[in-house]
Amino acid sequence: MIVTGIIGMSNPSLEKAKGYWIGRFKAMASPCEILMEVKKASEARALVQLAAEEAARIEHKFSRYRTDNIIYRINHAAGEAIAVDAETAALLDYAQQCYALSEGMFDITSGVLREVWHFDGSANVPAAKAVDALLSCIGWDKVSWRAPTITLQPGMEIDLGGIGKEYAVDRTANLLQQHTDASLLINYGGDLVATGARRDGSGWVVGVEDPQHAVALPPSSHATQTQYELVRGGIATSGDARRFLLKDGIRYSHILDPRTGWPIRDAPHSVTVVAGTCTEAGILSTLAMLHGTAAEEFLQQQAVTYWCVR
Amino acid sequence: MQLKKPKSIRSALAVATCSMLSGVSHHALAESTPWEIDTALLYYGESDADNPRVTVVEPVIRARKEIATDEFLTFRFVFDSLTGASANGAIPQSTPQTFTSPSGEGTYTTSANQTPLDPTFHDARGAVNAEWELPLSRLTKGIFSANFSQEFDYTSMGLAATLSRDFNNRNTTLSGGLSYNADTVRPVGDAPEGLSPMPTTTSVDKTTIGSDLSKNVADLLLGVTQVINRNTLMQLNFTYGMDDGYLTDPYKILSVVDNTGTLVGTNPYLYEKRPDSRARQAIFWKTVHQFSEDVLNISYRYYWDDWGIASHTLDLKYRAELGSGHYLEPHLRYYTQSKADFYYYALQDGTTPDYASADYRLADLDATTIGLKYGITHDENSELAIRAERYTQSSGGDAPFPDVNANIIQLNYSLNF
Repeated sequence: MIVTGIIGMSNPSLEKAKGYWIGRFKAMASPCEILMEVKKASEARALVQLAAEEAARIEHKFSRYRTDNIIYRINHAAGEAIAVDAETAALLDYAQQCYALSEGMFDITSGVLREVWHFDGSANVPAAKAVDALLSCIGWDKVSWRAPTITLQPGMEIDLGGIGKEYAVDRTANLLQQHTDASLLINYGGDLVATGARRDGSGWVVGVEDPQHAVALPPSSHATQTQYELVRGGIATSGDARRFLLKDGIRYSHILDPRTGWPIRDAPHSVTVVAGTCTEAGILSTLAMLHGTAAEEFLQQQAVTYWCVR
Repeated sequence: MQLKKPKSIRSALAVATCSMLSGVSHHALAESTPWEIDTALLYYGESDADNPRVTVVEPVIRARKEIATDEFLTFRFVFDSLTGASANGAIPQSTPQTFTSPSGEGTYTTSANQTPLDPTFHDARGAVNAEWELPLSRLTKGIFSANFSQEFDYTSMGLAATLSRDFNNRNTTLSGGLSYNADTVRPVGDAPEGLSPMPTTTSVDKTTIGSDLSKNVADLLLGVTQVINRNTLMQLNFTYGMDDGYLTDPYKILSVVDNTGTLVGTNPYLYEKRPDSRARQAIFWKTVHQFSEDVLNISYRYYWDDWGIASHTLDLKYRAELGSGHYLEPHLRYYTQSKADFYYYALQDGTTPDYASADYRLADLDATTIGLKYGITHDENSELAIRAERYTQSSGGDAPFPDVNANIIQLNYSLNF
């Protein structure tokens, strides 16, 4: 049953551009693009097929919307210990390190807050009591994790959605690089990574005018966006201007502080970060949002290239 | 909130990310998932007011492993050892009664006013079950299993398949399953002809109908599981089953009595006889609700068949978390059934029914189980639990068979390695 992961996957399409191929498919509720500086269509087709399968595999394995994967088993173990595979263990280790590095701001157990916060543009701000009640179910420090077993207290949940897409971008890049030396750009809904210089020594030009939906552009394009030439490394964006609540003149962003259960005040509309990998860029942009008014200060401290939209 | 100056985490994050993307956890761990092993030892000791009855000791080993993503193999081994005495179906008399043993080579005697128990009852059973669970597509799962069990007078072989599919954002699961068992009964001393007289001395042979008799059991299951909310899950199942073949208990007899309830002189005992087919139906409803920590489990089952038996089972379990890995789980179960159409406490002399049995398990009866389980999770890889239960069964109708009580003790140990 090796084909399981690709059932239900959209069929990738392939298009020829000037000097490279563009493969497209849908995964993780996002349009996905693979730009490949390879010559033959057959090679490009094989690469995009591999990418689509890898994206579908990761989505299947870590989606919190499924009832047949490791996340569901962990979240529904009713206090029992669950043994996980090596890949899940690596992600849990990573989540633990990010929790420590961010002093509790990045927390994969904060997803239960979705029960009370619905960011639909309304004035539907939950009661403080309802938020407080959930805080006992939040906090990576309450999780017992010693590889390979994880035990959640009943009522707690983990959600790797905060790093899943960026992780899929980096993993896909690693996988495709085992099959080609050509320069690649992997772009899943605006979170992207480039694997190295193209044949002429240049990078991939990425438009970041609308940081929510960074678009890869051919170098000859005369688009008006801010253009950034990415040779090697990742770019990720956090924030979405359409997801907020507005009550009594206060705009509640959808960036929730897992330590309080409440939205971060004065968070930027969006933050786009360039880093060594897409995953790092994703963590840094998320943490910048969580710093609220201090987002820019945090980003300067990290000495990374960024765009912060207020 | 931001009183401290943000610090640089970039290099630490880069190291962590690099290590994570290389797919290797910091901890040394095997590529494959561990075997989950559950072991249990069950003791069941049954008695009535006067006598101890059956004692069962049953070790169980279950091993489960994820062999690929979401694909599991499970093996289960059971070994039962039964000793003691079991009611043979005859009723107490004011004088001692003598019966021939099933082999026909010996006799046993029951004293006056005692329920006749067959003391030759002993058995050992070995059973093995293998199950393969695998995803068939994104939303569909299949479970295929095979089982085999062997006793000295009984062999059972079966196959089962269940398909389930998720709907409605995976909040609803529909399941359908089929199972089939082909069993062979090889009664000690061969199978007696139904309603023929039981010899009262070893010098007379019983009339037999064969030494190898077959029995087929087929079941169809349809089920729906619904996520009600984050903490509540509900399940509704319907099963339809068909049995055919030799469904009679070759060791059970009926007393034949006159108007005064006294055993008749000639042929006082007849072997029982049951129909050679049975259509069964059951509806099962179960709800699991999780409070902040504790878990409540309620189920109800209604069963009916074309032998005239209808039963209700209500089962309640509440798992109370005591903290630091300790828990207590009280258990309450109530069962009541109405008798089969061909159940007789004893046969009136002169009546000639097509089918008859005095097996109390086919009579009107009520049963209650009260129990408590205590569990402790040692560390993330092992758990120890002990369960103690008291089972009480009494005649629910006018058949005055004695109450039966049983003590059940089960020890469980689970580990991953």
